[in-house]
Amino acid sequence: MLDALDRQIIQLTQAGLPLCPEPYAEMAQQLGVDAETVMQRLRAMQTDGIIRRIGAVPNHYKLGYRYNGMTVWDVVDDQIDILGAKVGQLDFVSHCYHRPRHLPEWPYNLFAMVHSKTETGVQDQIDQIAAILGTYQRSHEVLYSTRILKKTGLRIEAR
Amino acid sequence: MLSDLHKHLLNDYQRDFPCSEQPYREIADDLGVSEQQVLSALTELSEQQFISRVGPVIRPNHIGVSCLVAMAVPPEQLESIAEIVNSYQEVNHNYERENRFNLWFVVIAANQTHLDQVLCDIEQHTGHTAMPLPLIRDYFINLGFELNLHD
Repeated sequence: MLDALDRQIIQLTQAGLPLCPEPYAEMAQQLGVDAETVMQRLRAMQTDGIIRRIGAVPNHYKLGYRYNGMTVWDVVDDQIDILGAKVGQLDFVSHCYHRPRHLPEWPYNLFAMVHSKTETGVQDQIDQIAAILGTYQRSHEVLYSTRILKKTGLRIEAR
Repeated sequence: MLSDLHKHLLNDYQRDFPCSEQPYREIADDLGVSEQQVLSALTELSEQQFISRVGPVIRPNHIGVSCLVAMAVPPEQLESIAEIVNSYQEVNHNYERENRFNLWFVVIAANQTHLDQVLCDIEQHTGHTAMPLPLIRDYFINLGFELNLHD
């Protein structure tokens, strides 16, 4: 389980690690611990799977990936785990999730985020996903984001 | 314009950023440049918003609970409703999407009770139904995203 220090460390890194020669020491100073403790906690959270990765978080849109589509699919329930895992492995898919349907207005249970520099690129990606899902897929839609209305880092204030 | 150094930093350091006392120096040594060059390049990438940050990416639902929420709102009311939704500090990001469900946002709270309360509150304040789409399973296996930075 995460303790208060783990949460503080995560909180402090959500705006990014300090861009200075000894970033962990700088964080440690703010937290009143030593650098070794900060690094050890970060490593432990990675081992436990709480931290998925540490690194540069690219802004796809700014890097020329203008077509960011949320593809949503109605997939047969008893096949979704097998097929979801295959879709999640595609190198152009950045996120792939099983989510609940809300019938009748929302029949889709598989979500895959795709990114491309061109519209035809997205269409090709959708075709590749459709090929994997085959006849287990009953319908799908692609929702393009037209505007970012809010984007902030993770906030974890406990209340 | 992105230099080779920028491209290496973007593509090769989405994961495995060193957890050592002088991580930027370690990267610099790997790439055969100076620590200052690495720090400057990352600062530029960050200032020009090519990266949102360098840091840990947290697995969903491991700290507090989160939920994707969709709303179908009349287009002419979208902005005023988005403003109400955004005013909640529990709302992490909010996108307009081309669909009948045109407002998509993520709510993060310390626990489920609090999350449910926020959704209920948002419905009351906006007068529109909030459709919760919590994560059942995460199939994402790739770590990092291979960027094509050559065209």
